[in-house]
Amino acid sequence: MPSAEELRERIEHALPGAEVRVEDTTGGGDHFRAEVVSDRFEGLNRIQQHKLIYDVFGNEVGGAIHALSIKTQTPGEGP
Amino acid sequence: MTNEDIRGFIENAIKENKVMLFMKGTPQQPACGFSMRTSGALNALGVKYAALDILPDPRIREELSGLSGWPTIPQLFVDGELIGGCDIVMEMFESGDLAEALGVEQPDLDDDDDATPEPGELPQRQSGIGLENRLN
Repeated sequence: MPSAEELRERIEHALPGAEVRVEDTTGGGDHFRAEVVSDRFEGLNRIQQHKLIYDVFGNEVGGAIHALSIKTQTPGEGP
Repeated sequence: MTNEDIRGFIENAIKENKVMLFMKGTPQQPACGFSMRTSGALNALGVKYAALDILPDPRIREELSGLSGWPTIPQLFVDGELIGGCDIVMEMFESGDLAEALGVEQPDLDDDDDATPEPGELPQRQSGIGLENRLN
């Protein structure tokens, strides 16, 4: 069963330098929310940004990872 | 029904409906919180849209995701283009970008909560066009 920590590490590995926060939203190890700030998102639309995150997990999204809610931002968009 | 039939049906639904939502359940009875919020946003904007329940046959989801490259449900298409899943649709709803993309007025949103519409809330004058049984 994946953990929020594991998801965070895998996103950070795929997007070096990204600021990543992952929360297990139900505590059940299958519903997660990821917030990612990365300069890799520059020039991409939201669809392309979210796909970059989905691509990290491939078929696990919809499988072991039942739900992955994503929020992406470029460093310039930060709060 | 073959996988090719299903894929053809999906392609057709995307082409023929300006606003096409693939979801779990129906706008009246969403079967998942993400689908509920997404159809709720469309309902709150009062736009007409077609909705297809992907649950009756697992191949619908397989073919849809194969077509769109998007792994999760719901998926919203406008004018034949994938707009996004729940997160993107809700972000666009809250910013007003969704209303703009759909050519409608942004409704007044309550400030005391997030802008998530009530579950299953449907405007009186319209509801999602039920495509959900046509794949059976």
